[in-house]
Parts: sequence; structure tokens; C-alpha cells
Amino acid sequence: MNSLEKKYPDEVASILARYPEDQKRAAIIPLLHLTQRDAGFISIHAMNDVAEITRQSITDVASIAGYYTLFHDHPEGKIRLQVCTDVACMLRGAQEYLAELSRGLGIQPGETTADGLVTLEEVKCVAACDHVPVFQSQIGDAIEFHENQTSQKTLDWLRSMSASIKGEGS
Amino acid sequence: MSEIFLLRHREIPGLNQLRTYTANGGFETWMQAVKTQKPADIIQIVKDSGLRGRGGAGFPTGMKWAFLPNNIWPHYVVANADESEPGTFKDREILELNPFQFLEGLMISSFAVQAHDSYIYFRGEFAEIYRKFEDRIRELEEKGFIGEKLFGTDYSLHLHCVLGAGAYICGEETALLESIEGRLGQPRLRPPFPAVAGLFEKPTVINNVETLTNIPIILSKGVAYFRSQGTDKSPGTKIFCLSGRVKKPGNYELPLGTTFRELIYGHGEGILNDAQIKAIMPAGASSSLIPATEQALDTPMDYESVPALGAQLGSASVIILDETINIADLVNSTVHFFMHESCGKCTPCREGTYWMSHITQRIVEGKASKPDIDLLKSVATQMQGNCFCALGEFSIMAPLSGIEKFRADFEARVEK
Ligand SMILES: Cc1cc2nc3c(=O)[nH]c(=O)nc-3n(C[C@H](O)[C@H](O)[C@H](O)COP(=O)(O)O)c2cc1C
Ligand code: SF4
Ligand code: FES
Repeated sequence: MNSLEKKYPDEVASILARYPEDQKRAAIIPLLHLTQRDAGFISIHAMNDVAEITRQSITDVASIAGYYTLFHDHPEGKIRLQVCTDVACMLRGAQEYLAELSRGLGIQPGETTADGLVTLEEVKCVAACDHVPVFQSQIGDAIEFHENQTSQKTLDWLRSMSASIKGEGS
Repeated sequence: MSEIFLLRHREIPGLNQLRTYTANGGFETWMQAVKTQKPADIIQIVKDSGLRGRGGAGFPTGMKWAFLPNNIWPHYVVANADESEPGTFKDREILELNPFQFLEGLMISSFAVQAHDSYIYFRGEFAEIYRKFEDRIRELEEKGFIGEKLFGTDYSLHLHCVLGAGAYICGEETALLESIEGRLGQPRLRPPFPAVAGLFEKPTVINNVETLTNIPIILSKGVAYFRSQGTDKSPGTKIFCLSGRVKKPGNYELPLGTTFRELIYGHGEGILNDAQIKAIMPAGASSSLIPATEQALDTPMDYESVPALGAQLGSASVIILDETINIADLVNSTVHFFMHESCGKCTPCREGTYWMSHITQRIVEGKASKPDIDLLKSVATQMQGNCFCALGEFSIMAPLSGIEKFRADFEARVEK
């Protein structure tokens, strides 16, 4: 048993049960999601575990981890603040909203705040184009939508989230 | 007053609770089908209904189901819940608020092609929706709606959820299958078609969420009722996702064949600040730009009429542009989307979207000169017809139609 199986025995078993016996490779993506739950990124060690469970090479697992945008191979802020600036949002002021957030947080898109809590990112359409501005928060393997935002509303939400994350840490 | 087939939760609150769904007749069609109907008869009814796929291509659904060969087993049904086309947000509303009607449609389609395992592929961003579906499927198992030997028959059905991880191309059906199988989400060469060698190389039906959500209505209320909405060749209703520079963006379920004008000025209440409408993108970022002439506004939105305007209905993600928008800026945005989402498998699309994005970026930054407009056109034209899948072909729609119909906007952005 490797560390992923030890940590999440039930989840690993239920993921493997979804696919035919000779198709365990299909478990790679669900298992990668699982490895991201705590750390918010996928380490080499975690990729090894996934490779072992699915009996695939680490290169295969690494190429999949690198292909999909929601998988991250290095740690960033605990909260990934992902603002949609795609076509429909651009038409309704997403750039201004992003710029306000950027000023409020004192970082540029792609950067992480000094306390390591927030990474500001731009993303493509998240299927919420009728409630612009919109951002998505990715924390571990949880993703939530936040619609009809103002930069004030978002910064307030961030303050309360950051406080509760810091609370957990102490 | 038009009928509502899909967004029924707007009339029946709490429809996303199993209790409420069954109290309103939910899963009766399903039980009836398994207990009393022949799979082939269900396929015939869906064929007769004229239902066409709502995921973009408008392919007749019944015909798709009938393609599966009866000498290769098992069969699979895969629901496409990848919804990632910029401007599209209809499947998400169904999945959140009317999920059981979609599930009932998926279950009936599975029975119709005698699949015993069916999969739902959610885009990675739908992680919350995915978790709720895992619970709902457990609930359906506990209540005996799915599982082994249903209702005293020999038919068994299991449903499985798969969560993607962020890649627009996984909405393309063969890339989606690759992704379920644990590979890079890249399109497959066809033939073989998924109907013959799909998921795990077995015969597979792939349908969009909205397509499947129509099925319980067609079976319970009948073909004539379904055909009472829409046009002869495009029957039924469609969810139109209205976004961009309108006063009231949102999902509107309307009969196919409703005009752009009724959608934009009736339901959408017109243009922001009562500005002048400029162009329409009826199929999201993949769309050609339609100049918003009076004639275009009076065009019915169905699978036959929109192509006559040089565009496609696609998944009916209607993005509205007004006079405040420079089309070069818009094209820069769509081209960046495709550059970001190109899967990299074929050279024309991988390189072409990259070069187009560099040129459009130069143009919007005012660093380009006039010949760059023709260079953009030339790159797009060289890609045309040479890409491995439709994504590459989609990527040149906005640049080519934009330059053709709104060249002045590009010229306004380049040095004199
Ligand atoms: C680049 C690309 C992206 C697509 N994205 C989606 C999508 O997000 N959802 C969807 O249902 N179909 C999408 N499709 C269409 C699917 O390939 C497929 O035609 C559809 O799921 C079939 O279902 P239908 O017949 O019910 O429409 C996409 C196609 C392409 C080429
Ligand atoms: S056209 Fe683009 S998305 Fe399609 S296979 Fe080629 S590189 Fe991939
Ligand atoms: S374009 Fe931003 S949510 Fe669709």
C-alpha cells in the first residue's frame, strides 16, 4: 500500500470500481484530483502513487497532470482566485474588475500574495456568462462559483476566507 | 405562450429534490419504459420526434442511437456535461436545478441501446455539481430506480460520474472518450466512429445534457406534443444562452425558429444603455460574426436558417455586440481562447492559433501595421480545411468574418 491508498482507502477503492477490470488507467484523472485535495498541487511523490495504483508509467501520469489546467505541479496560494476574462465577460467589464482586484491585493494576475494565501489567475469561460463579473475559487480539490461580483464583495469574501484558513492553521 | 420542456424547475420549485421530482411524475416514464417497452420502439419514437442534438452539431438523436451494432457488446452511453463553449451556460442550469429529468433521459437512452453502464463526463470546474450527482446517483440506487434486475426484469443499469480537469477540447466527443480512459484529451481519428468503437473501444452513444433532458418529455407526452414547438426540421424548444451587451442576459427556453429579434429585444429587453446593436455571435466563440441587420434580426434561430446567414446555430450561445465594441478586440479575445485550448495534436491549429494570437495582440495594442490585417487573414485561410478537428476550424470563424465584415475596426487599431 502506498501513501495515497493509506490516506484514502475508501476513495481509491470506489474510484477503481467505476471502470472495467482491464481499464484501470481510467482512474488516473480521478486519483490526481484526490491527490490535490490536501496540498492543492500534485507532487512527484503523488504522481508515483497514482502510477503505481493504475500500473502506468510515471511519465504517462505526469503528462496528464501537465495537460489539464486545473492540475498544478507546484504549490501556490491556498486560495486560487480565478477570474473569468473570456469573451462574454470581457464584454461586461471583467478586465476592470480584475484590475481592481489586482490593486486591492497588491499583486498582478499570476502572482501570489506575500502571506501565501491568494493566487490571482485569469481563466477561460466558466459557464456563468449571464452573471458577470464572476470568479471561481479553487481550494484543494474544491471549486466554487462566485457570481455577480464587485471587487469589494470579492475582497470581503477573501478576508473572511483568509481568516478562517489562518484559524485552522494555528 | 410557448411550452417549457426543459427549464421546468422555474415553474416547479424544488425540482432538484428527488421527492419533488417523483411527486411530479418523475421516473414514471422510466419505469414504464423498462417494464413494458421494447428498446427498438423507444428509438423509433425518438426518431419520429425529430429531436436533434443540442451539443452543437444538431445531429438527429434517434438516428445516432440506431447506429449501434447489435453484434458488439457491451454498449455505453456517455452524457456530455463538459459545457465549455464561451457564452454557453444552459447545461449548468439543468444540472443544478432540473438534474433528475436529465438523469431520467440518460437512463432511458441507456435502456434504448441496452447499455448497462453509463457515464456522465463533467467539466472539471463543475466539481460541486459532480459531488451532488454522486449523491443523487446513490439516492437513485437506494430507491431502486437503478441497479441490478430493475423492476423484476433482466435489465440492469449503473451510472458513473467522471470529472474532467480543465480542457475545452474534452467537449469534443472523441477527446472526451480519451479523457475518460485516462489519456490526454485529444480527438481521435475517425473512422471508426464512436457508434462502433467508442468508450473502451465499444459501441457508444454520446449526447449532450440538454438533448437527453428532452427524452422524458418526448416519451411521456408524445411526439405530436413535442413537435407542437419549433419548426418541421428543427422541432422542439431550445435553451438560448443570451450574453454580452444586452440588458437581461440569461437562459431562455424558446421554440426553435424564434427570431433573433424576439430573443434580444423581447426577452433580453434590448441593448445596454439603448446603444445600437452591431453584431451577433450565435454559437459562442466558435461563431462567425453576423452583422446585426434588420434582415438578420428577423431570421429564425433554427438549424436551417442560421447557416443561410453564414454562421451556425451551434449550442445557441448568442453573444451580442454593440457599437461600443471594436471587433478587433473581440477577435483578439476569441483567438486567445482557441490558442489556449488548442490540444496541440495537429500543426495547423497548434501553430495557427499561436500566430493568430500574436497578430491580434499586436493589433489591439496599436503596434501593428495595415499588412498585419492581411497576414491574420492569410494565417486563418491557410488553416481552413486543414485542421484535424473542428476546434481548429472554429478558431478562424471570428477572425475571417470579422475582417470581411468589420475591416474598419481593425484599421482603426493599426498605425496609419
Ligand atoms: C471543440 C469542440 C467542443 C465541443 N464541446 C461540447 C460541449 O461542451 N458539450 C457538448 O455537449 N458537445 C460539445 N461538442 C460536440 C460533441 O462533439 C458532440 O457532437 C455532442 O456531444 C453530441 O451530442 P448531441 O448529439 O446530443 O449534440 C464539442 C465539439 C467540438 C468540436
Ligand atoms: S484542430 Fe486543434 S484541437 Fe483539434 S486536434 Fe488539431 S490541435 Fe487539437
Ligand atoms: S465568458 Fe466568462 S463565464 Fe463565460
